Amino acid sequence: MIEVQGLTKVYGNKAAVDNLTFSVEQGEVVGFLGPNGAGKTTTMRVLSCFMPPTSGSAKVAGYDIHADSIEVRRRIGYLPEHVPLYTELTVTQYLNFVAEAKAVPRVQRRQKVGELIERCLLHDVRGRIINTLSKGYRQRVGLAQALLGDPPVLILDEPTIGLDPKQIIEIRNLIRQMQGERTVLLSTHILPEVSVVCQRVIIINEGRIVAVDTPENLTRRLQRSTQVLLQVEGPPDQVTGRLREMAGILRVEMKDGGGVHGRYVVETEKDCDLRRELAHVVCSSGWGLLELRPVDMSLEDVFIRLVTEEQDSMTVDRSPVTLDG
Amino acid sequence: MGTLAVFKKEIRSYFSSPVAFVVFIIFLVISGYFFYSILLYFSLISMQASMNPAFATGLNVTDGILRPLFANMSVILLFLMPLLTMRLFAEERKQGTLELLLTYPLRDGEVLLGKFLAATALVALLLFATGIYPLLLGLWSEPELYPILTGYFGLLLLAMTFISLGLLFSSLTENQIVAAALAFGALLLFWIIGWAATLAEGDWALLFRHLSIMEHLSSFARGVLETKDVLYYLGLTGFFLFATLKSLEVRRWKG
Ligand SMILES: Nc1ncnc2c1ncn2[C@@H]1O[C@H](COP(=O)(O)OP(=O)(O)O)[C@@H](O)[C@H]1O
Ligand SMILES: [Mg+2]
Repeated sequence: MIEVQGLTKVYGNKAAVDNLTFSVEQGEVVGFLGPNGAGKTTTMRVLSCFMPPTSGSAKVAGYDIHADSIEVRRRIGYLPEHVPLYTELTVTQYLNFVAEAKAVPRVQRRQKVGELIERCLLHDVRGRIINTLSKGYRQRVGLAQALLGDPPVLILDEPTIGLDPKQIIEIRNLIRQMQGERTVLLSTHILPEVSVVCQRVIIINEGRIVAVDTPENLTRRLQRSTQVLLQVEGPPDQVTGRLREMAGILRVEMKDGGGVHGRYVVETEKDCDLRRELAHVVCSSGWGLLELRPVDMSLEDVFIRLVTEEQDSMTVDRSPVTLDG
Repeated sequence: MGTLAVFKKEIRSYFSSPVAFVVFIIFLVISGYFFYSILLYFSLISMQASMNPAFATGLNVTDGILRPLFANMSVILLFLMPLLTMRLFAEERKQGTLELLLTYPLRDGEVLLGKFLAATALVALLLFATGIYPLLLGLWSEPELYPILTGYFGLLLLAMTFISLGLLFSSLTENQIVAAALAFGALLLFWIIGWAATLAEGDWALLFRHLSIMEHLSSFARGVLETKDVLYYLGLTGFFLFATLKSLEVRRWKG
């Protein structure tokens, strides 16, 4: 449903997003996880056709964001990070405008707007001027706005930022209801959030993808293992076999299809440094050891900088909004 | 379709902020004052004319009242239009709402046209409200209808030019005051270029007069629709709108 290929966005001489490649399948809810400044908003702005990428391409529902921008925009519901709304209008006026802008047929407009007002729990405030609404209500108006026109793809930029715990739960429930029905890409810098709402996580840091996996696997990988990258000159099958026999090894994975100069990722128990043993095994088997280094430190770095407790997120969110676009 | 959505939204926004209201009041008060003083002056001259027929040549309501009134209204428009256009893009950029608007399935041109037409409709309403002055004249004299209509048409064309220029500056910045100041400065420049015409000679004078934004208005108030004057305003409007479109495109790249 969403295919991103080599996406790069450069501001001045700094790459905010650097050669990003990923895809999201139909009906998936995918989390875009990364600390502040990782490039989440930038990616989403490119996908929603707000701004063009410096290089690379992306397709949404088969349409190219550059060549068929209007077709892409018909199929995307976008909720920007700071939920910009026309605060001088009432909720109903605003949603009516959005329905018109998204070319919802005139005869369906009332009904669709009415449905979303109910679904997003906006019934009590539908006649209020947006200016007078709390952050939680505004977020729901933003979500309703994104859902208007029944877009198959939703792009939500930090949909729970700045909300109180009760509101966070409400918003997450609304998002979870969409699973299977719509394709959702949502960004967050809060680690527990993805495991609650997402089926798959893309972790990004400093504009690059660090890992893509299910929330469960990621947590396991992080909590239970350290990874070491090996490049060995030797027959791939034997090498993998020999490595797997070693004590303390959880998993051995061949990278780039192996070959005589194959690269292997070896997962070991957490805090158990087997590099010396690995080197010994490789050398004593008569193979050439070309490279040996610990990997995925970046993943850990990222996690350290992520908000790992719900409670933390509340304090972080109250800090003044910094200029990030 | 998209144009209509943006148009309706902008009209709503205009009437939910005090700016449009204030502009209306100021315009009506000042133009009313001008109308009153022109009327006073005209009746004074008429009185003298009735005593000394030599004055009476060329004394009529169209030339004596309406033409100066339209000229004055055009200057008030020049001062007030930037206040109506300053927010159109600058505010959206500042509030971040542009990020949503530009991701709806609308072409940039539709958005621009919607905003342009909303401001134009507002000015049309404003001009319509000043129709009270010719109506008052009609109570005790018989002003010619045709010059009034062409005069208003000219004012509307002029206002459209002001609006398109205001839109251009509004699209260049996220600060409304800066947008208004720049638009105002540019309009002043277009205006005073006409004064240079009186000082310059020959071809230069002609060129300056052609450029001056007010100069082209005089034919309308005389009841003459000159193609070159209509084209001047439409051409400038088109040019500024096109420039705004390009500026939106460029600003997209910067994010
Ligand atoms: N309009 C912009 N101009 C210049 N730099 C920007 C702009 N927007 C974002 N950046 C920079 O790009 C990087 C990524 O930002 P962003 O995509 O907002 O990250 P995130 O949403 O993950 O917090 C940051 O370093 C930010 O400072
Ligand atoms: Mg962000």
